[in-house]
Amino acid sequence: MSAMDHPTVILPRETRPRANQPLLQVENLVVEFPTRRGVLRAIDDVSFHIDPGEVLGVVGESGAGKSLTGASIIGLLEPPGRIAGGRIFLDGSRIDDLPPEKLRRIRGKQIGAIFQDPLTSLNPLYSVGRQLVETITTHLDMNQAEARRRAIDLLAEVGIPAPERRIDHYPHQFSGGMRQRVVIALALCANPRLIIADEPTTALDVSIQAQIIALLKRLCRDHGTAVMLITHDMGVIAETADRVAVMYAGRIAEVGPVRQVIKHALHPYTVGLMGSIPSVGVDRARLAQIDGAMPRLNAIPEGCAFNPRCPKVFDRCRVERPDLIPQGPTAVSCWLYDRKEARRG
Amino acid sequence: MAAYILRRLMQAVIVMLAVGFIAFGMFNFVGDPVTNFIGQDATPEDHERMRAALGLDQPFYVQYARFAANAAQGEFGTSYRLGMKVSAVLAERLPATLELVFAAAAISILVGVPLGVYTGIHRYGLLSRAFLTFSLVGISLPTFLIGILLILVFSVILGWLPSFGRGQVVPVGWWSTGYLTQSGLRSLILPAITLGLFQTTLIMRLVRAEMLEVLRTDYIKFARARGLTERAINFGHALKNTMVPVITIMGLQIGGLIAFAIITETVFQWPGMGLLFLQAIQYADVPVMSCYLILVAMMFVLINLAVDLLYYAVDPRLRADRGAVRGRQV
Ligand SMILES: Nc1ncnc2c1ncn2[C@@H]1O[C@H](COP(=O)(O)OP(=O)(O)OP(=O)(O)O)[C@@H](O)[C@H]1O
Ligand code: SF4
Ligand SMILES: [Mg+2]
Repeated sequence: MSAMDHPTVILPRETRPRANQPLLQVENLVVEFPTRRGVLRAIDDVSFHIDPGEVLGVVGESGAGKSLTGASIIGLLEPPGRIAGGRIFLDGSRIDDLPPEKLRRIRGKQIGAIFQDPLTSLNPLYSVGRQLVETITTHLDMNQAEARRRAIDLLAEVGIPAPERRIDHYPHQFSGGMRQRVVIALALCANPRLIIADEPTTALDVSIQAQIIALLKRLCRDHGTAVMLITHDMGVIAETADRVAVMYAGRIAEVGPVRQVIKHALHPYTVGLMGSIPSVGVDRARLAQIDGAMPRLNAIPEGCAFNPRCPKVFDRCRVERPDLIPQGPTAVSCWLYDRKEARRG
Repeated sequence: MAAYILRRLMQAVIVMLAVGFIAFGMFNFVGDPVTNFIGQDATPEDHERMRAALGLDQPFYVQYARFAANAAQGEFGTSYRLGMKVSAVLAERLPATLELVFAAAAISILVGVPLGVYTGIHRYGLLSRAFLTFSLVGISLPTFLIGILLILVFSVILGWLPSFGRGQVVPVGWWSTGYLTQSGLRSLILPAITLGLFQTTLIMRLVRAEMLEVLRTDYIKFARARGLTERAINFGHALKNTMVPVITIMGLQIGGLIAFAIITETVFQWPGMGLLFLQAIQYADVPVMSCYLILVAMMFVLINLAVDLLYYAVDPRLRADRGAVRGRQV
């Protein structure tokens, strides 16, 4: 079938062919904050994709832009922050330019979200049952009784004992770990295709963190839900993610299969990041072995954003900005992997 | 629940005893009650006899106990000025004040809360800014000036509404209401607006501030992430959380309305307790003053009690002692 067969077909929205396309495709995303002293660019030309059912880990220092990337996808950037460029596709159709009401219908239904703090994510004045039921009836065609049935099933599924009784309890009657389970149940209400989990365990007791991550992993595997898992914990990434994206100063430094990136990190920043993990499972691994700190948004250097801290920096890094360069299954934004440099070196 | 109410009631009784003590003290410090009864030219013997007849020769605590016992039964003696039983005088004036206060409270809540929600949601809207600027006027102008301005515009210049009095009232049992007659309702409008304006702007600003606060919370962000409608988020989730602190302030404000009513009643010659109280002060009519004091204090206490109960109904965390023990498990 050639394009000539349907010369007059005008697609209502920008769509992509359906054949084995990624579930989520982010292209050249730019997020900016207009301020009195000029525009701050917090996300600068970020591209990545997530396949159906896949777990993509996102790591990076505090302020790297992980949360903003997640918020951009679900259309919940807080003003004055705004998407200043790029495109986001869900299942091949563009979602970043949808009117607010259309985007709202996608949130919770197609893309669920889990935030860091389970203690404050639930409205203290309503029973967890009410919050579950309202989410279910918002997105699914169910009456109150059916929604309540589903809510109880969901609570059971996330491992809350005696869900028939617990459904009428208020958030303050649950422990932190239990509350995060309720939050996960809320994110799963409408069986979304993708869940964005922004540091879902950081606020929890260390002993409970592993349980919650295991639960999230199991549920998403069972439901075929893809996950964008934002975390500081490389141990969690190693155990849970299929691929990992390393962010630095609003850009992606390296993205590739987890084993590959952990065993054979390519980007000097990733190498430092891996070197700073004493052992898997230790939380909040920081860049202990790389001197200096990530630049502030108003002082991001020319060329490669990492160049002031990079042990392998060379002249080109200070003037030209590297884009993601494919290296086998991985892609890395570092001039060391440019073919020209390889020839030269 | 029962323990909670009982605790509150105990506190209320203590507050009332304290206020009663002050009201009682007034008899001894504001003028000489005996002289008030028998006049300046009585002989010392007459004076002593009157003291004994009034029980003033007895020890202080006996007098206070008797005062409190009488007060509890609504017995405050006779007005020096009017020569009528104080309880009867105040009962006659009570409906006027309460109807005025109720109307003012209704205005301030029915106007203040929606305006607060609106200006909280549409933070940068033009209309919001207009409301906020306007509310500054309501907060900064003194009540009597607002009353006089309203009279000037709506009574004197436009001639639409009466400038004083309560209009025609009809008795409903021992209560006399102005709500059922046209002239009563028309007379109510200006004083109710005058009395309610300050509270309206206050409630509006309070609700707005709380709303802005609540809209920033994580559970509102999460509610957005769940894809709930704006309506459900603003009115289902945000407003209810906003009301928790606002209810307390509103309770206090309604108590304040009763006190502020003195000024409004004076400006509009509204035949309520406030006007009566002001006249009582001029004549050092101590029984009326002390009875007014106790009555107002009692209303404050009752309103606070109602607020506490409302709080209890709104916030499940206060109901914790019932469910949590059973519910708390990991
Ligand atoms: N309202 C705002 N105005 C200006 N800059 C902002 C604003 N919100 C976020 N930023 C900046 O955007 C950058 C990215 O923030 P983001 O929250 O995405 O970081 P993060 O990677 O999630 O960090 P963390 O690990 O601490 O959660 C930060 O440098 C932050 O200072
Ligand atoms: S581009 Fe240059 S500065 Fe940047 S990471 Fe690679 S070597 Fe280091
Ligand atoms: Mg973050």
